[in-house]
Amino acid sequence: MKKMIKTDNLVFEYIRRDEEGNVEGITRAIDKVNLDVKPGEFIAILGHNGSGKSTLAKHFNALLYPTEGEVFVDGMNIEDDQHLWDIRQEAGMVFQNPDNQIIGQVVEEDVGFGPENMGVPTDEIWERVDESLKTVGMLQFRKSSPNHLSGGQKQRVSIAGVIAMHPKCIIFDEPTAMLDPNGRKDVIRAARALNQVENITIILITHYMEEVIYADRVFVMDKGHVEMTGTPREIFSQVDKLKDLRLGVPQVTLLAHELRKAGLPLPEGVLTREELVEELKKIKNKENN
Amino acid sequence: MLRDITLGQYYRTESVIHSLDPRVKLVATFVFIVSLFVANNFVGYVIAALFLAMCIYLSKVPPKFIFRGMKTIFFLLMITMVFNLFLTPGKELISIWKLTITYEGLKMAIMMAIRLMFLITGSSLMTLTTTPNNLTDGLEKLLRPLRLFKVPVHEISMMMSIALRFIPILMEETDKIMKAQMARGADFESGSIIKRAKSLVPLLVPLFISAFRRANDLAMAMEARCYKGGDGRTKMKPLIYQNRDRLAYLVIWAYLGIVIVLGRIL
Repeated sequence: MKKMIKTDNLVFEYIRRDEEGNVEGITRAIDKVNLDVKPGEFIAILGHNGSGKSTLAKHFNALLYPTEGEVFVDGMNIEDDQHLWDIRQEAGMVFQNPDNQIIGQVVEEDVGFGPENMGVPTDEIWERVDESLKTVGMLQFRKSSPNHLSGGQKQRVSIAGVIAMHPKCIIFDEPTAMLDPNGRKDVIRAARALNQVENITIILITHYMEEVIYADRVFVMDKGHVEMTGTPREIFSQVDKLKDLRLGVPQVTLLAHELRKAGLPLPEGVLTREELVEELKKIKNKENN
Repeated sequence: MLRDITLGQYYRTESVIHSLDPRVKLVATFVFIVSLFVANNFVGYVIAALFLAMCIYLSKVPPKFIFRGMKTIFFLLMITMVFNLFLTPGKELISIWKLTITYEGLKMAIMMAIRLMFLITGSSLMTLTTTPNNLTDGLEKLLRPLRLFKVPVHEISMMMSIALRFIPILMEETDKIMKAQMARGADFESGSIIKRAKSLVPLLVPLFISAFRRANDLAMAMEARCYKGGDGRTKMKPLIYQNRDRLAYLVIWAYLGIVIVLGRIL
């Protein structure tokens, strides 16, 4: 099966130079990363600040080029200039700061920006704008100024702007870091819907644990390496290892973990409150019998 | 205080003026400004005032919004008036100590003030009724012939539309930084002019840093959305002249004709 995204021993180094252009120091942001993402998957990449997760994401859209190794998007090498615009169209990107990625002064003009750049005919641009705004539930704000929207709404406009380009894959680079809890929920809901309804591959980069539980697979990054890979349940059953990587686990998972340590026969990797309640009920029933 | 500048702030409503082609509005604004300098008697200004009033009425923009921009040029207006009042040679009207107000000076000062006020009102009306994207689209198309002389018309218009888009954001940011500095004891309001100018440094430095950071982010976001300059770009809202635009052109040229005849020759 064809891979949506594949990296092969990817290394990326930031080179610091002094005023004369001499190399002062080299920081290795990504160190020999191998990963692959299948079409239609929902992937989450976790890591604390400086773990290299955003740098990694910028390779998937050919915004950064590898120092060593190779990156393929839908079978195309990102260093192949011929495919640059195909790659950017197929792998859309939503960034962290909602203000700094909206170009239009009116919502619908911003959503149309991508298709305009791709040379889509006018009638089709309108169709795409309608359809993308509907998908993210922002159709009633189409004539509004982005400055009057909340952070979560702005972020959904940015998502619509990406959808209008008809991508196969959307990379979310910490889309919720600057939002309030409600905005965060909306954005994550929109991302999940795109994955489930439109079958778009989603790569979600985040440091909020609660957002990861819906992913098919999770990559945990630390110091430029992929430290852990697995389903959310597999990842969150290793509470102590996550703590070593300076990452917390969802509150419910942590509670279950502590209860287990205290002697209750709970399974590892409880992800939701409902699950914990179920497990606790089971234990109680057993005791009653 | 910083939010009061209306330039570059689009007022959303549906009106005849809003629906005009931006090229018409640009040409109209230009013609209006020319007419202000062509007219040199009060009949000319009355016609200009009527024309402006008609446009404001048709635009359905509350006058409050239009005149808000005036406050920011108040200082400039005062300086121009004072200079004209005292420094124009001519027939003496009043003389106090070494300062003389001449009849010509008084006339000139009033005329300059009217010109400036009308000029700001006219251009505010244009930016209030045209989205910046629309505006720069219009500019791009109007100036397209300049491409023959290697003028990067598309790039300039893109830069302008981005600048306009970020004005309110940077305003808000300035406000925020100002409050943050004030909370730590910075004083922007008292002292001599030099002292006050110096106190702006801790405001401007973080503002510039943040503007550069934003520019960097935006450039990346634009590239990620396949932006590659003006070539091969299609338009979501292509500019095509409608009948109302042709009519508007007629009105504008007729207006200029009337101003020339009544404001200059009579």
